Amino acid sequence: MTTTTAAHDDHGHHGPAKGIMRWILTTNHKDIGTMYLWFSFIMLLTGGVMALIIRAELFQPGMQLIEPEFFNQMTTMHGLIMVFGAIMPAFVGLANWMVPMMVGAPDMALPRMNNLSFWILPFAFGMLLLTLFSEAGAPNFGWTFYAPLSTTYAPSSVTYFIFGVHLMGISSIMGAINIVATILNMRAPGMTYMKMPLFVWTWFITAYLLIAVMPVLAGVVTMMLMDIHFGTSFFNAAGGGDPVLFQHLFWFFGHPEVYIMILPAFGIVSHIIPTFSRKPLFGYSSMVYATASIAFLSFIVWAHHMFTVGLPLVTELFFMYATMVIAIPTGVKVFNWVSTMFQGSLTFETPMLFAIAFVILFTIGGFSGLMLAIAPADFQYHDTYFVVAHFHYVLVPGALFAIIAGVYFWLPKWCGNYYDEFLGKLHFWLSFIGVNITFFPMHFIGLAGMPRRIPDYALQFADFNAVASVGAFIFGFSQLLFLYIVIKTIRSGKQATPEVWEGADGLEWTLPSPAPYHSFSEPPQVK
Amino acid sequence: MATSSYYVPESSRLPIFTSIGLICIAAGAAGMINHISSGTEGWAFPHFVFFTGALIVAAVLYNWFGMVIKESMGGLYSQQMDRSFRWGMGWFIFSEVMFFAAFFGALFYVRQWAGPWLGGSGDKGVSHMLWPDFIYQWPMFNNPAGADLPGPNAIIDPWHIPLLNTILLISSSVTITFAHHALRTMQRGRVIFWLAFTVILGAVFVYYQILEYVEAYRDLGLTLASGIYGSTFFMLTGFHGAHVTIGAIILFVMWIRIVKGHFTPDQHFGFEAAAWYWHFVDMVWIGLFFFVYII
Repeated sequence: MTTTTAAHDDHGHHGPAKGIMRWILTTNHKDIGTMYLWFSFIMLLTGGVMALIIRAELFQPGMQLIEPEFFNQMTTMHGLIMVFGAIMPAFVGLANWMVPMMVGAPDMALPRMNNLSFWILPFAFGMLLLTLFSEAGAPNFGWTFYAPLSTTYAPSSVTYFIFGVHLMGISSIMGAINIVATILNMRAPGMTYMKMPLFVWTWFITAYLLIAVMPVLAGVVTMMLMDIHFGTSFFNAAGGGDPVLFQHLFWFFGHPEVYIMILPAFGIVSHIIPTFSRKPLFGYSSMVYATASIAFLSFIVWAHHMFTVGLPLVTELFFMYATMVIAIPTGVKVFNWVSTMFQGSLTFETPMLFAIAFVILFTIGGFSGLMLAIAPADFQYHDTYFVVAHFHYVLVPGALFAIIAGVYFWLPKWCGNYYDEFLGKLHFWLSFIGVNITFFPMHFIGLAGMPRRIPDYALQFADFNAVASVGAFIFGFSQLLFLYIVIKTIRSGKQATPEVWEGADGLEWTLPSPAPYHSFSEPPQVK
Repeated sequence: MATSSYYVPESSRLPIFTSIGLICIAAGAAGMINHISSGTEGWAFPHFVFFTGALIVAAVLYNWFGMVIKESMGGLYSQQMDRSFRWGMGWFIFSEVMFFAAFFGALFYVRQWAGPWLGGSGDKGVSHMLWPDFIYQWPMFNNPAGADLPGPNAIIDPWHIPLLNTILLISSSVTITFAHHALRTMQRGRVIFWLAFTVILGAVFVYYQILEYVEAYRDLGLTLASGIYGSTFFMLTGFHGAHVTIGAIILFVMWIRIVKGHFTPDQHFGFEAAAWYWHFVDMVWIGLFFFVYII
């Protein structure tokens, strides 16, 4: 690092502009972070309503509320919106807010591009959502959009979907490049790589994953577009192509993608647990190496999503063992979190509750992943509700709980007020209970053989489906409480100190609460 | 070491116009393609949306780069800012590499696995049952469903136009290095000459590529729709050709900037970024020449 004094440009007095144009034209990392977070929350509720429509239909066997065609649109849009609209933008929002403050920078490295990365998203999702009202209906081929269901048999809205994915990809790549440039180039003097906070480290690695795989997704949807409209044969065996090629390309993107949605969560939890244990994080460097190992391995495990498509035996074995190896760095992480808590002076404020729930429930999701990694066993589990249970355990009490924990953890820093601890805990317990009632029974109905993505099911699955639906409504509506708590905190609440939490450590806690509009006009010295 | 401050720009209208332009391009293109596929003739609403979007993005790019140039000439960019640009451009090129990797991956997968399996080799070659008469060969002159989906009659001979194009592009990578060298040693006339020479080489490349496509479509029956050979051939060479075109335009802008005297021997990252991009396009071509044309 240089001895650069990182003041922003000549006139230092100005704050945010007034009115709506402040948000549309802003180049400020905090404004943009806020917009990302609100956008992702709106998408969470949108995708959540779709999930509740699915669960309402599945409350009883038989068709009662919606048509099967619409059910397929709901499962597809729910997945796409939650993955690309809720989880990913939420992490980018947290990165926008926290990374410059954590590395001691005045702002992100490329502020105007930062604005562009965000503002592409509302338009792209608006277009995707509008297809619901088109004559052909929204995309209905599942969020994994396997060919030929998404090519030969797709509704005409698939073309809008393809261009929507391109826009999301452009946004993600620009966002990732910005984060990489910020972390490489904007760290305060003295902050060497192995002194970077873990949230910065995990986002650093996540950004590389994004830059590497989003273009592959762009390539695969381009091939779809050409197959559908211009007569190419990429996924058409009649012309010498192969539908399985789609799956290879998609999962080459898709597997790193699932780590894109969990690595920043690891980072958040690695901040919260030490703070409320009042101990430094156990095994910092092993955390960094474990994150890097997981990221590397994510590139060589993709075919474990495809065990049943007829891969050669040696391929099955390679991908089975490679997948199981991921359990080792992940185990290191869980061990470190537990060891951090061991003999700490623990208190259980809301962020800590969500973080502990993350560690336990993510581990459950990890173990069911290990079960799915066993190729011979996967032939039984494939495309059942067991898979649905698995990835919802890593994404909802995994990624989403970490995001919520991060919001509670950093909210006093953002708006200068503490949230209502009683309401926060109430939100936690409702979410915790709701999430488990929803997704735990799915393990059982999956093992019993209920396929995923069906609007109707055999009678023996009725009881657990009813239970899951009740849980989904508890979980879904308790997020409205979250909305209320956040708005209440923004408007009022006990004044927060700069340090906010007793055990907090890091540059971001040296700034006043609420954090000033421009973070560090002079770079702090890190010892 | 730089002592100036890191430049954090004021709020700007350009990003939001870019977003609006991009959504117009995306929604317009989707509507336009659906319109064409449905077999309807003539212009419709999506066409206007698409071209409006393209105009907006073109205007934004002009103004955005103009603004960056003005800020750069105004001395607002410190060395630290310069490094942000370098990292940004470098990782952008890496993302482009991964985009091409998807198409190269498709080519390798088909040639190494999917094709031979369709032809009956390997213990997993059950897909052979679909078309028992199919014999795998590459180039795939006969597609599995040959009657409905005829393959190409012939393919492009690598030792004519493609070889010439290889020589053109490799030469252009050399000439741009001459230009860069001249820029660093303050030989203005030589920079202008060698960079212009590079742009011309790029333009000639694109011209020959178009001739090649005309030949493929008109004489050889090699089209996008002639099975997987045509699919991979046109998508790989087509995206590459688009990148050469963009690269040549970027270099031409750099040429204008040099004529206007924007660059100094120490500060000319705009030129360097264009040169990086040009070398990347060149490397992709070498991959194409071997894996698409020759082997």
